[in-house]
Amino acid sequence: MAEPEVSSAAAGGGGRLRNAFGGVLCAFALLLIGVLAFSIRLFSVIKYESVIHEFDPYFNFRVTQFLSKNGIYEFWNWFDDRTWYPLGRVIGGTVYPGLTLTAGTIWWLLNSLNIPLSVETVCVFTAPIFSANASWATYLLTKEAKGTGAGLMAAAILAMVPSYISRSVAGSYDNEAVAIFALIFTFYLYVKTLNTGSLFYATLNALSYFYMVCSWGGYTFIINLIPMHVLLCIVTGRYSSRLYIAYAPLVILGTLLAALVPVVGFNAVMTSEHFASFLVFIILHVVALVYYIKGLLTPRLFKVAMTLVISVGLAVCFAVVAILVALVASSPTKGWSGRSLSLLDPTYASKYIPIIASVSEHQPPTWPSYFMDINVLAFLIPAGIISCFLPLSDASSFMVLYLVTAVYFSGVMVRLMLVLAPAACILSGIALSEVFGVLTRSMKTHLSKLFDDSPAASGDSSPESSSSSVNTDSTKSENRTEKTETAPKEKPSKKNRKKKEVAESVPVKPKKEKRLLVLPFELSVMGILLLIVLGGFYVVHCVWAAAEAYSAPSIVLTSRSRDGMHVFDDFREAYAWLSHNTDVDDKVASWWDYGYQTTAMANRTVIVDNNTWNNTHIATVGTAMSSPEKAAWEIFNSLDVKYILVVFGGLVGYPSDDINKFLWMVRIGGGVFPHIKEPDYLRDGQYRVDAQATPTMLNCLMYKLCYYRFVETDGKGFDKVRGYEIGKKHFKLTHFEEVFTTHHWMVRIYKLKPQRNRVRGKLKKLKSNAKTSPALAAGRKKNPWQ
Amino acid sequence: MAAPRHLAALPLFLASVSLLALAAAGAEDEGPRGRRLLVLLDDLAVRSSHSAFFGSLQARGFDLDFRLADDPKLSLHRYGQYLYDGLVLFAPSTPRFGGSVDQNAVLEFIDAGHDMILAADSSASDLIRGIATECGVDFDEDPEAMVIDHINYAVTDVEGDHTLIAGDDLIQSDVILGSKKIEAPVLFRGIGHVANPSNSMVLKVLYASPSAYSANPKTKLASPPSLTGSAISLVSVMQARNNARVLVSGSLDLFSNRFLKSGVQKAGSKARHERAGNEQFVTETSKWVFHERGHLKAGNVKHHKVGETNEPGMYRINDDLEYSVEIYEWSGTSWKPYVADDVQVQFFMMSPYVLKTLSTDKKGLYSTSFKVPDVYGVFQFKVEYQRLGYTGLSFTKQIPVRPYRHNEYERFIASAYPYYTASFSTMGAFFIFSFVYLYHK
Repeated sequence: MAEPEVSSAAAGGGGRLRNAFGGVLCAFALLLIGVLAFSIRLFSVIKYESVIHEFDPYFNFRVTQFLSKNGIYEFWNWFDDRTWYPLGRVIGGTVYPGLTLTAGTIWWLLNSLNIPLSVETVCVFTAPIFSANASWATYLLTKEAKGTGAGLMAAAILAMVPSYISRSVAGSYDNEAVAIFALIFTFYLYVKTLNTGSLFYATLNALSYFYMVCSWGGYTFIINLIPMHVLLCIVTGRYSSRLYIAYAPLVILGTLLAALVPVVGFNAVMTSEHFASFLVFIILHVVALVYYIKGLLTPRLFKVAMTLVISVGLAVCFAVVAILVALVASSPTKGWSGRSLSLLDPTYASKYIPIIASVSEHQPPTWPSYFMDINVLAFLIPAGIISCFLPLSDASSFMVLYLVTAVYFSGVMVRLMLVLAPAACILSGIALSEVFGVLTRSMKTHLSKLFDDSPAASGDSSPESSSSSVNTDSTKSENRTEKTETAPKEKPSKKNRKKKEVAESVPVKPKKEKRLLVLPFELSVMGILLLIVLGGFYVVHCVWAAAEAYSAPSIVLTSRSRDGMHVFDDFREAYAWLSHNTDVDDKVASWWDYGYQTTAMANRTVIVDNNTWNNTHIATVGTAMSSPEKAAWEIFNSLDVKYILVVFGGLVGYPSDDINKFLWMVRIGGGVFPHIKEPDYLRDGQYRVDAQATPTMLNCLMYKLCYYRFVETDGKGFDKVRGYEIGKKHFKLTHFEEVFTTHHWMVRIYKLKPQRNRVRGKLKKLKSNAKTSPALAAGRKKNPWQ
Repeated sequence: MAAPRHLAALPLFLASVSLLALAAAGAEDEGPRGRRLLVLLDDLAVRSSHSAFFGSLQARGFDLDFRLADDPKLSLHRYGQYLYDGLVLFAPSTPRFGGSVDQNAVLEFIDAGHDMILAADSSASDLIRGIATECGVDFDEDPEAMVIDHINYAVTDVEGDHTLIAGDDLIQSDVILGSKKIEAPVLFRGIGHVANPSNSMVLKVLYASPSAYSANPKTKLASPPSLTGSAISLVSVMQARNNARVLVSGSLDLFSNRFLKSGVQKAGSKARHERAGNEQFVTETSKWVFHERGHLKAGNVKHHKVGETNEPGMYRINDDLEYSVEIYEWSGTSWKPYVADDVQVQFFMMSPYVLKTLSTDKKGLYSTSFKVPDVYGVFQFKVEYQRLGYTGLSFTKQIPVRPYRHNEYERFIASAYPYYTASFSTMGAFFIFSFVYLYHK
């Protein structure tokens, strides 16, 4: 840490040269890190194709297309009549526009430079580009806290941390792709302002915060974390004018700017997520006033004034808090949105909001997912925390606070692992850099002792003799470049724990007793070798994760079997069928997961989509899916639905199909329409569709649409996902007709039959039994389309 | 329509003469239905015994094709095209049709939008009963039963078994029975049927008096008859959802020359009519069945903002708009403006937000104007017009309604002036304060 400064201070002219050399090396390393961050995310394009992934990216892509075609004002005022039929959706006012505007700007820029890239290409590569930016921002942030070495280390680690890769591979065109960059950059500017006390950086900070607000709902993390840090600084007696400059402009400018984003609007001052920042803003001013008065008055007078101010201040505070509490309590959800509440109380969502709980990425993560997503960093973090305390500065305390809160949030919701990843990278970078620093230094000391005995006696960490310093400096920079290339390679081995302990214990010493700094030469060499091995493991894991685990676009699936690779392209097959065989204004109903894809790929109107803003509408679709055929027909007909799309994995063993999601449809539907009761679909509390399943389950629309004619495939109706034979094999559909089933039966499309043209009289068979006819007639009354 | 086809078909002229003739026939009148009828008979004698009815059809321009019901060459369609526009099924006792025709073929013919007159009598076969049942009409299950009325029978020379009924309980509908009231009773001898009262598509046109019942006239009544009173329908019509019309009569004799020409005197009534009402009845109902009356057509649906003429792709909330539609009625020879004061339009999104009665200019144009509600979403202009005897009109037009654009709100709000003042005065005060603080030492 801070080695360049030390060496430049030590040696004048030669130092300047070395400094320049170091700067060039550093810039080169950063360039390589950027290339690495970009290229490690291209596996998806190489292994599959240049295509938009998953669900939400399709919506973002569609919005970007609209933006590039119609311009920003049309985008701002876009009322989309092709989703949420018949309610429609005001896209301009409900979308975080940051990502779209970013990609739109890139596209516009490239086109005005006569580089004719398609919008899709730009969208696909936005995420890799921004992950390179994010790793540079990480460098800047860590550099502010712990110097260039740690910065490069952290940047290299972040460039390939699997957690971030999972959200930013090429094609994963989602808000998080740019938001993580914005998050880190905002933190950098905050720390930079804190370190410099410059109003210029404070203004930049507010602008960067604005970009973050534009990009992602996760901006509330920033606007809560920074006040927490400010409060921490105040409490620990670290108040300074720099802190004031870093915070006060951010709150005022940031809030004003945030209110400009249509989707945030008045939420920026009206929801509880933002209250913490205002409260801290007040406290900060009170503290500033106290310091000001303290400077004016004599200690005795100050004491008197202090008691006065504290009593008045407390009274005012209580009044304000009481008003706030009253205001907040008057709203039904206490001013907190459901997603934020589930952050604070992890059981909240599963208790009250099935629609939030039904999303897999809103579930708490499992322990293996930590290892999968941040790998060895999990073990390096404690070392990083310790080195942050040596010495504790404003910046390093911010890192620790960031880490601690991020760990908590990642434990609540698996997708917030993404917020943890930068913190983990920064702290691991700090830790590794410290360890490398200590080890190389002790090696250097031994080497110089070996070459000439005299300087070693001084025992100084920065050698004074110019010849050796040139030597060591070059080795140092070599080491550093080596680090940057090998840093990506950490991997967990059991030894690295010991290593860390060494690392932890070592940096403690340098300040107090410099003699203890020097480790035995062999130990240092071993340590460095082991660290390189650790880094190697990390790189191998990251590359594997990028190549195998996180690159699947999820609209094209592959499976390996004995006879080679098998590609399942059923989704696009189905959407293409819809776009070629149905009328432009036809409405397609499906569970909301497939809404974005249907509008983007099939260009058909959908009833519900992944923007789950209207629970009732989703519950209506859920109810229809869990109802018997006739009731479902009525619901769908009232929504002008013409086609129904279900995803069925039973034939090929695709586990995330509609039958597996079905219980959520029942829950969400039952939450609004109480005649749908979850126990009706469960046999002894167990969800099953085999012969033991309840009649309600076997008669509901979802079961019928998924398993219609399924028995014809193998004669038994064996469901490969559930692993048993289905309960009801032979049945006919009366109100729906199958119009299309994809190659592997993964997507099945049905059409609503029109009402019967005629109404039949009595059934012939019942002719002999005249007495039944009135009952029959009464029964038919309810069913005029029979 | 005929001319281009004529040119294109020139090389095949000879081969396609008949086709051309048909096409030309279809083109010369632009009515809702064509005029080719297939008449299926049990016995060719019916052709002469019912010649008055057939004659009236032919006089109105219909082209009748008489075939025996079991003609082996019988076919309703060829090369995917229907050969006929309507069917007269005067073959009550036929057990099955010849050629490719069966019960399903007849029903598909109706579902394709064609019309049918079906007459049964006491010898009705299962086939005929089956077709009737599919149309929502159930004949008495007892194959021997006939409708008997000991009070409202027609007086005849010989004291009969009171199965010749003089019916005068007719549906009150000028559309179905014509505007001229049928004065004389309608003679009926045959079997009764019932229609499910919840089935809104079937109408009883001629129904029995409360004293009627359905039983075997040749035997004593062992048990109470299952069909009694005015629940028994003698002649019913059914209009399917696709506006195909079907007339079901329990009596083939109703259409016969004998009944059409004979006089009638209702038992217990002094009035004797020279002619039974049958002729007028069958003529008028057949006009209705073959869409010579009561067929509405709507078109030229237009909507636009008040003061504009072009149809927008989208409205804004609180826009004022005008909606218009033209509705015509087929009079048998030409399309006449339809005049009514109960046509309504809904501005509909899951439920009607606006429901307005359209005003007419008596020339077929219906129009109204209203304000778009303060709700955005995908709306529909929806007209659902179902009136007794008329074909149903049901058409929708989808139109999205958007919220205000960002620059369509009021720019300066009077009630916000305190806020404007506050913010500008604060800015001014801050500027003065900074100035004083910095330069006034």
